[in-house]
Amino acid sequence: MLYINCPHCGMRSQNEFSYGGDASVKRPELNKEVSDQEWDNFVYNRKSLRGKHLELWQHISGCRQWIKVERDTATHEIFRTFKADEEVA
Amino acid sequence: MQKYSIFNLVKNAFSNHENWDLAWKDPTPKEEYDVVIIGGGGHGLATAYYLAKEHNITKVAIIEKGWIGGGNVGRNTTIIRSNYMHDENGLFSEFGMDLWRKMSQDLNYNVMFSPRGIINLAHSDAQMNAYARRGNSMRLNGIDAVLLNREQVKEIIPMADFSDNVRFPIFGGLMQPSAGTARHDAVAWGYARQADSMGVDIIQNCEVIGFDVSAGKINGIRTSRGNIKAKKVGLCVAGSTNILAEKLNMTLPIETHLLQACVSEPIKPVLDNVVTFGAGHFYVSQSDKGEMVMGGDLDGYNSYAQRGNLPTLQHVLTEGIAMMPFLSKLKMLRTWGGIMDMSMDGSPIIDKTHIEGLYLNCGWCYGGFKATPASGWTFAHTIAQDRVHELNAGYSLNRFNTGHLIDEKGLGTKTWIS
Repeated sequence: MLYINCPHCGMRSQNEFSYGGDASVKRPELNKEVSDQEWDNFVYNRKSLRGKHLELWQHISGCRQWIKVERDTATHEIFRTFKADEEVA
Repeated sequence: MQKYSIFNLVKNAFSNHENWDLAWKDPTPKEEYDVVIIGGGGHGLATAYYLAKEHNITKVAIIEKGWIGGGNVGRNTTIIRSNYMHDENGLFSEFGMDLWRKMSQDLNYNVMFSPRGIINLAHSDAQMNAYARRGNSMRLNGIDAVLLNREQVKEIIPMADFSDNVRFPIFGGLMQPSAGTARHDAVAWGYARQADSMGVDIIQNCEVIGFDVSAGKINGIRTSRGNIKAKKVGLCVAGSTNILAEKLNMTLPIETHLLQACVSEPIKPVLDNVVTFGAGHFYVSQSDKGEMVMGGDLDGYNSYAQRGNLPTLQHVLTEGIAMMPFLSKLKMLRTWGGIMDMSMDGSPIIDKTHIEGLYLNCGWCYGGFKATPASGWTFAHTIAQDRVHELNAGYSLNRFNTGHLIDEKGLGTKTWIS
């Protein structure tokens, strides 16, 4: 069982969350020419890192907020959690 | 190579089976090969076998980080089927079904192929309609499909829950009678033994550290056991695809996720077929040892852990018990996990890459085991001829760019959604 420290609600079990994928993926800027390759990178291509991975989760059975979680994909250790709009240094 | 036969079995019985040849050698890596296959799993071993058998290319090495057959070919639930709706998937898998039927003879190795049939249960009228459509698509591609009504399903699997007050009543199901199971380890070992006998070097405990690429062309690989030159390199590394792709500065439409499976204690024969639950993701069959072999959803987040987490197991088995209540009485014997190369449309990639001489075989999602022979056959063709075969033409890498996705389940890019 993973325990995720929701920045809004505190430590909760993984059962309350749903996964949202790689949080480092950025949607191409609007109002500018976007190449097919840029769309590809946004929609399909993923690094799928082994090790530290910044990802989105939604506290779906809690505050329903989207959050960012920094987790190790090999050990499942969770290092830090952030609010969705928080910049990750 | 020593042939496996009843006569050799008897002959070796006189010497207490102490004088059998080793099934494959343990060579030290040579300096150079025509083709290097990275990944000694089912697909890699099958590729090497078909390179030698179909294309007469025998200066081949299989480079495996651990031991052969230790990844997903040793961790799956052994289901073999071709019950796909889309042409690309249906024709590719049905070609594989033919190879499965001949495999034990081909490899001189009993892979215990058991065409016991698979039944996908339907739990609503809409699902029956969808299955009728899929069944018709299958039959148009020459794949056997039978739409069963509730009474017919009840006759085949009376132990399923047919009571009136269930949340997901069984309306019927779609059956592919020629689908089945096989002994997964035997598939890896059978391919390995034959490939070895034709001159392929199976190099275990050898990790790929990097690639030697210059002027857009592959020249070789760097490994923990030294540099190996190669004219062509094929990647067959399933859940480790992204790790190697990173060394090639490639970003692929693949995410690595964890999939669990489990077996119960052995019980007397109760289930003749493979059965899947239609209102979730759960499948079950009974092994020859009597264990109920079960699996279902991904753990639901990127993972390289090769071991699972209990919430998913509980969720999957809840579905199982909803379908067949007697499962709740069984004790769990073993659970395990493997890491899946989940592609962004649920279909695999067997293709050339932008690097000359580098070939890609990945994206097998939930269905890698059954694809082993067809994947090996088409990948060998792609490498040997330096062009894709019509069977894997749809499994191109650039389909994500051109929009020609093969989204069998209609799940889109959220691979962890089930």
